[in-house]
Amino acid sequence: MAPGAPSSSPSPILAVLLFSSLVLSPAQAIVVYTDREVHGAVGSRVTLHCSFWSSEWVSDDISFTWRYQPEGGRDAISIFHYAKGQPYIDEVGTFKERIQWVGDPRWKDGSIVIHNLDYSDNGTFTCDVKNPPDIVGKTSQVTLYVFEKVPTRYGVVLGAVIGGVLGVVLLLLLLFYVVRYCWLRRQAALQRRLSAMEKGKLHKPGKDASKRGRQTPVLYAQCWTTAEAPKLSVRRRPRGWGSLARIRNSG
Amino acid sequence: MLLLLLSIIVLHVAVLVLLFVSTIVSQWIVGNGHATDLWQNCSTSSSGNVHHCFSSSPNEWLQSVQATMILSIIFSILSLFLFFCQLFTLTKGGRFYITGIFQILAACPSPSPGLCVMSAAAIYTVRHPEWHLNSDYSYGFAYILAWVAFPLALLSGVIYVILRKRE
Repeated sequence: MAPGAPSSSPSPILAVLLFSSLVLSPAQAIVVYTDREVHGAVGSRVTLHCSFWSSEWVSDDISFTWRYQPEGGRDAISIFHYAKGQPYIDEVGTFKERIQWVGDPRWKDGSIVIHNLDYSDNGTFTCDVKNPPDIVGKTSQVTLYVFEKVPTRYGVVLGAVIGGVLGVVLLLLLLFYVVRYCWLRRQAALQRRLSAMEKGKLHKPGKDASKRGRQTPVLYAQCWTTAEAPKLSVRRRPRGWGSLARIRNSG
Repeated sequence: MLLLLLSIIVLHVAVLVLLFVSTIVSQWIVGNGHATDLWQNCSTSSSGNVHHCFSSSPNEWLQSVQATMILSIIFSILSLFLFFCQLFTLTKGGRFYITGIFQILAACPSPSPGLCVMSAAAIYTVRHPEWHLNSDYSYGFAYILAWVAFPLALLSGVIYVILRKRE
């Protein structure tokens, strides 16, 4: 840097760094996650999941609170509390002896199970998590719907039909190709055997003919006109057309 | 012959376009001020400016119609792709069996009588009062396109099966 240059260049960089560290780094707050809606059938049980994200480590003073607001009601009552490693379940209210704590703070899970549902359980449940020193945060709500029979979720039939048909078609194609491949292989093997046999048959007559040819020479005599002398010649016929005697007469 | 090849490809692409349009466009059932299709019900207010669209009910029959329409699109695309593959790899004199089979499957996604595109349209015809409550309705053009696409797809598939590759 030039000696006379103003030293203003470091400070914008510093400002940018500070700004980014404030904005990009996680804010000091707890974020709670639950399902949005939960469906349950009358008489059965349902699990209300609650999970959270915190910028601090999970401390021993962590606390979970579940509140319930009936459908159409205005007040929310507290039905479950967990603090200092001890769950406290509702023993006097509408959820008497129906709540079960299935969460684990170490796994950031604050879920509860409600047994023996009834139509009066329709409503909104709020999960509140406090992880000292991280206590500022937004809670999350889950709405419980109780049906006589739980309707199948949208997309189950859709996915099942598409997956089933595609799977069956693929399977059939695969089967077809495997069978065709085996059949073709078998054909090829048979073909090879057949051609090997044929080659063997062709060789055998050839061998005999040559042997015969060597063993039985064919003689033929030619009788010419008196002007010419009779000629006798011995000829070997390699092809073995049998021992033929050919006599040619002329005149 | 180039002309034959072009006309077959044009027919196939036309079937594909028909299937796409009839699956996506919101005109299976129309009435005064509302239109529904496989995925949502849209209704315009009386002034004509405001559209409210709700997603359609999770009825099982409607889901099966959706599924078969999607399947027919998938099979049709696959058969187009396979046609081009087979065009270059098939032996001389061979037949485009696989392409034809997939195109016929697009018309009828399964040998069981409950799952044809034609059956999908038929299911829709019979069961739509279950999820569609208005009594004043008439069938929209997307519905008609679905019915038109079925014989065209069948025709296209049969042509592929009959066709032989020439040198």
